[in-house]
Amino acid sequence: MATAQLSTHRVVIVGAGPAGVRCAETLLAAGIKPILVDENRRDGGQIYRRQPDGFTRDYSTLYGSEADKAKDLHQTFDRLRGAIDYRPDTLVWNLTPGQLCCANQGRHSTLDYDALILCTGATDRLMPIEGWQLAGTYSLGGAQIALKNQAVSIGHRVVFMGSGPLLYLVASQYVKAGATVAAVLDTSPFSLRLKALPKLLARPGLLWTGMKFLAQLYRAKVPAHFGVKPLEVLGDAANGVAGVRFTTGSGKAVTVQADAVALGYHLRPETQLGDLAGCAMAFDEASSQWWLATDEAGRTSVNGVYAAGDGAKIRGADAAEHAGRRVALAVLEDLKQPFNAGLRDEQQQALAVMDQFRLGLAEAFPWPGEQAKALPDSAIVCRCEMITAGELRRTVNEKGACEVNRAKAFSRVGMGRCQGRYCSQAGAEVIAAEAGVQVQEVGRQRGQAPVKPLSMLIEEVSP
Amino acid sequence: MSVQKADVVIVGGGLMGSATAFFLRRRGQSVILLERDQIGQYASGVNFGNVRRQGRFLGQLALANRSWALWKRLPELIDDDLEFIPSGHMRVCYREDEIAELEAYAAAPEAEQLDLKIYRGAELHERFGFLGADVKGGSYAPHDGHANPRLAAPAFARAARRLGAQIEERTEVAEVEKVGGDFHVSTTDGRQFHAAQLLITAGAWGQKLSAQFGEPVPLDTHGPQMAVTEPVPYALPTVIGVYTKIAEEVIYFRQIPRGNIVIGGGFRSKPDMLNRRAAVEPRSILNQAEQMRRLLPGVGNLNIIRVWSGIEGYLPDSLPIMGPSGTVDGLFYAFGFCGHGFQLGPGVGDVMAELLDTGRTTTPIEAFSIRRFAFPAAQRSHAS
Repeated sequence: MATAQLSTHRVVIVGAGPAGVRCAETLLAAGIKPILVDENRRDGGQIYRRQPDGFTRDYSTLYGSEADKAKDLHQTFDRLRGAIDYRPDTLVWNLTPGQLCCANQGRHSTLDYDALILCTGATDRLMPIEGWQLAGTYSLGGAQIALKNQAVSIGHRVVFMGSGPLLYLVASQYVKAGATVAAVLDTSPFSLRLKALPKLLARPGLLWTGMKFLAQLYRAKVPAHFGVKPLEVLGDAANGVAGVRFTTGSGKAVTVQADAVALGYHLRPETQLGDLAGCAMAFDEASSQWWLATDEAGRTSVNGVYAAGDGAKIRGADAAEHAGRRVALAVLEDLKQPFNAGLRDEQQQALAVMDQFRLGLAEAFPWPGEQAKALPDSAIVCRCEMITAGELRRTVNEKGACEVNRAKAFSRVGMGRCQGRYCSQAGAEVIAAEAGVQVQEVGRQRGQAPVKPLSMLIEEVSP
Repeated sequence: MSVQKADVVIVGGGLMGSATAFFLRRRGQSVILLERDQIGQYASGVNFGNVRRQGRFLGQLALANRSWALWKRLPELIDDDLEFIPSGHMRVCYREDEIAELEAYAAAPEAEQLDLKIYRGAELHERFGFLGADVKGGSYAPHDGHANPRLAAPAFARAARRLGAQIEERTEVAEVEKVGGDFHVSTTDGRQFHAAQLLITAGAWGQKLSAQFGEPVPLDTHGPQMAVTEPVPYALPTVIGVYTKIAEEVIYFRQIPRGNIVIGGGFRSKPDMLNRRAAVEPRSILNQAEQMRRLLPGVGNLNIIRVWSGIEGYLPDSLPIMGPSGTVDGLFYAFGFCGHGFQLGPGVGDVMAELLDTGRTTTPIEAFSIRRFAFPAAQRSHAS
């Protein structure tokens, strides 16, 4: 695969999920040996996360309808592994122009780059609800990882609540694994799905897969409600989650008993490294969130810094593979290396279709920004710092903090361990609602190092 | 063009400007405060939060004492909580000869009010059992403490506004000139503000304005380097700082009652003055981790969850510019506090308000006069 003459350009990819692996594959085929840095111990990213050593579930058990894609990506990586510079278990915790700061097993080292491709993926997008700090409340992605990685369920009776495709995927995976799914509660009314149908038909196969999940849940007699308004996670501090209270689309108040809740409203991109690199951000109207401003190939506003996959634009795993290839071709072009224009056009066309589908998903499963307005003052917004909606609203009303970073400085919302991953988007909605402005007008939380918590035992390795 | 008039126009809404506006209102002076960005956004809001008197230039302690008396009157004074805790401050050192220097400081007549006590050897490690074995001695200031810098300047500005001060955020000064007996300040949005007295409290940007009045100063800018750990049970009320002449060893920390440990010191970064942003240098964080393990060995179990910087103004002699202009009547300065202005803030506000109101102050500030930089440049380079 590798050509005899390897280029000397230092090209670093962060993230070994579908985007990162396809990017590495494309670069290597063109004679560039990339460095692939990944925080996880094994490749695959979140979606195609490999099980730990010693676990023996087969592909179809682990990845269901996506088993073939997972297998193909893993096999591609296994072929690449010896030919690229692969650095697993390595957190890129900060960067300066042209240099990454890495932490690997308590050791710090720097890594110079000419081109940097951020394939950093996404995390759950969350909207707080009264009681969501109780033990037994998980994010949808967290619930899925527990199952995929450790083969455990987050509870005996699990409620899935939120919106977006992941809600149905994870619920059906739990059903398949034999867990009791107490209910699937979707905040999006079903009618929006019909309205979004023309766009969703851009990918009929995926639409069909989604319908199969629904059918599975129906066959398993899982109660499903659409257009719900979440009210409260019930329970107490000592015993954790006891149930969920919500109103149905027709306005009836309902309580479901459960000992665990998985919450999530689709995904948000991991943009911290791009932010620290000084890349411009753009507000995406369709999904109502900020992400890195890139061109269609994945070039950011900063020369030599690129982004692909869900870390750039939430389009899912299939799009991430195409975006990984596409961004690699852009890097080659910018480094004045020969590249395959036919392959570029192919990826571009595939991505255009997936972009259409993405817009359909955003229409069918909208981010429920308006819920922030209805949050009771007593509801916790920032779980790390335990700051309530009422406290955040007071910083707007009494201290005039109508900008996200200002409100953070006064109230601590977004200041904790998660660095605002879980609360800053909802926090922005609370601030905007209180200030009476659009959410994009209150700004976005600036990224700060370290990207993830950094041990005080960190030691420098002499180069 | 609309013209707004007041007794005093203040340019720069950090802690110094905000506190002065507050104390001027208490004296009945009308005040307009102009801030280019947001109140307390740069040095005032991002510093370590040390409410420390010990270790300061002895000639500054009168001012620091005046400020300390005001800190003690919080939160009643401004009806707002700055999370001030007079928890004690311990200045420690790694070498025997440095203990002698701490002792000499403690014995100075200017430091009398600080009630400093020197600890060493077994007594030190018995009283402060969490300190590393390298620590040889320390000077304990029982009345010093710490507060939350993010809250301070905005709280003083709100208190000033409640008393009638006009606070204009996101208002950038375009031009300042003296016309007859009045200062005319025009802003980039086309407004005009007139006052008989003008106070420049523009921090790291102060010398840009002083230079317009023929009083340039050799002000340099630095970004402080701050980090914070995740919360752990509150066990370390005393603020700890290292006394040393080795830059890498300069480290200080404080734990807040929520449990997080705030850490500062070591290297400084060079701010980007064009975009008004300052980064934390990675080497600073690594150095802080290493120095913290030496100072507080138990810290190794913790993680750093966030780091930040800001933009501070420094003068070559590590003293601020404070007092009347040497050339222009009615013009006053309070900027360039060299990374140690937080504790002084309320006192500076009180002193500057007294000075603007009465033409004099009972607290000695002559050492901080801008006139010390008034001699020719050639001579200045010899002096340094």
